[in-house]
Amino acid sequence: MRGFTRVRRRVVNVVMLGLTAVATGLTIAVLFFILGYLAWKGGSSINLAFFTELPRPVGEAGGGMGNAILGSAKMLGIAACVGVPVGLLAGIYLSEFASTPAAFAVRYATDLLNGVPSIVIGIFAYTILVLPMKHFSALSGGVALGIIMIPIAVRSTEGYLRAVPGSLREASLALGATRASTIARVVVPAASRGIVTALMLNLARVAGETAPLLFTALNSQFWSPGVTQPTASLPVMIFNYAISPYEDWHRQAWAAGLVLLALVLVANLGARAVLGSRARTT
Amino acid sequence: MQSGPVTAPARVSFIRRLRQGDQIAYLLTFAFAGLVVLVTAWLAWELFANSALPRDKFGLPFVWTQAWDPVQGDFGALGFVYGTIVTSVLALVLAVPLGIAVSVFLSELAPPKVSEAMALLVDLLAAVPSVIYGLIGIYVLVPLVRDPIAPALQATVGRLPGIGRLFSGPVYGVGYLTAGLILAIMVVPFIVSVSREVLMAVPREQREAALALGSTQWESTWNVVLPYARVGITGGVFLALGRALGETMAVTMVIGNRPELSGSLLAPGYSMAAVIANEFTEATTDLHLQALIEIGLVLFLLTMVVNALAQVMILLTTSRATSH
Repeated sequence: MRGFTRVRRRVVNVVMLGLTAVATGLTIAVLFFILGYLAWKGGSSINLAFFTELPRPVGEAGGGMGNAILGSAKMLGIAACVGVPVGLLAGIYLSEFASTPAAFAVRYATDLLNGVPSIVIGIFAYTILVLPMKHFSALSGGVALGIIMIPIAVRSTEGYLRAVPGSLREASLALGATRASTIARVVVPAASRGIVTALMLNLARVAGETAPLLFTALNSQFWSPGVTQPTASLPVMIFNYAISPYEDWHRQAWAAGLVLLALVLVANLGARAVLGSRARTT
Repeated sequence: MQSGPVTAPARVSFIRRLRQGDQIAYLLTFAFAGLVVLVTAWLAWELFANSALPRDKFGLPFVWTQAWDPVQGDFGALGFVYGTIVTSVLALVLAVPLGIAVSVFLSELAPPKVSEAMALLVDLLAAVPSVIYGLIGIYVLVPLVRDPIAPALQATVGRLPGIGRLFSGPVYGVGYLTAGLILAIMVVPFIVSVSREVLMAVPREQREAALALGSTQWESTWNVVLPYARVGITGGVFLALGRALGETMAVTMVIGNRPELSGSLLAPGYSMAAVIANEFTEATTDLHLQALIEIGLVLFLLTMVVNALAQVMILLTTSRATSH
């Protein structure tokens, strides 16, 4: 009886621990499956035309997503103009100046904003920009993406600034520097590598956002000059092409998916290589 | 007036200017930090202000009324709230055991370097854009559910009394089950990233004590380490729930987009985020548009509560782990 129990306990031990290994293998396999499947389905449709030409009408083979790639780049530029200064300066405030109650309010708001679903941020951008301007625009899409960037930009900046040793600040102050110049010339440069990498990761993250663009930037089959017209973007293009009934468009959707995923993964791996094991995106 | 010593005042004003530099830096960063608070409050206000029409017309029962008729102007969100909750809960039912198993493997079994590398790969899953999950969902998961998965479920669990009703009715491939499956894959990284950290924060003595008393490694993990980390893991689960509730693209692409309630997980349904994504640009009346914005408001409040719970729980365990 006792021997049986001991054997059973050993078997349970091995089986359960084995299952945790299987679970880990399965989860990681999903990542490689997604990568492999996209490469298989989309790889053959990627050529120079994909990056430079406009989408062709249904039935005409060829064409590309040049306008969507440019549109995504344009909106990421606008997003950076919104998210980077707010994230940096609010992060500096939290790390260097904040008094307890004010810091609590800012951190609370940041966490709250971080939890807001991206589609709800899209509604916000719609009501503050699309409604008054009376049409869809790259500007509203970019602002929506920028707002999505803010919470993580604030918290990552704060984190990297806090990691700068206090003795560095004290040394600078002891040499007669003001707090402002200590921050600008000692603290921020010391943390700059982490901050810049975190911002790049943040941009890569919003580059894949689709939901907030659906009714802010909308979509377009043409080049969209300026920032006040409906503008195509890679994620929205993938969505529209994926749910369309046309075989040609499905191929383009896979190719666009591959480009987008490659971009996001390269940014992630690059960032981690720069930062080492300290990097965390979530 | 200019006869006095010039240098002294100049030096004072120089120092003052420096002090003002500090003031400027303080005020500038304070303004931007305030902006974050302002934007968050403004967002809540915009959602509230722009959903006045349906709030006046339908009141609070909007949330639990089943109606969606843009032509007649009759709106109720129950079908969408139901779909969001069913898919999210289903996702958690699948993702929680999987996520905890992965974090146990990474924190208890794998050597540190392997654990780091694998945690990075799991983190990369979280970086995959949701529209790509949707793409895989439409062309890989939906056919799989239509053919082997759903019929197999109907032939096995579907025959059980009670629970079998969850798998009744015709199989379309799209539906709550498919959406739940894709959401499960998407939220596993969130559960793992929190749980792994919480498990690693469990003091080594806890494990050693259990092993010294004769536990197997699994018994020490199951009876001692996991209970110790319970609250923190729950926090990670709530974080994942917050993500699942607001997830839009992947769900929109596989849930079937039919605003009806169904007891069967295999039936097509709809979710709050999906209806906003699909109908926002097509809404022709103000009432329809504002009803969609009110759904956004409900979603905002729901995720706010869930995320707040997650934060509290994660804080509770991290502070306990450090105080030990």
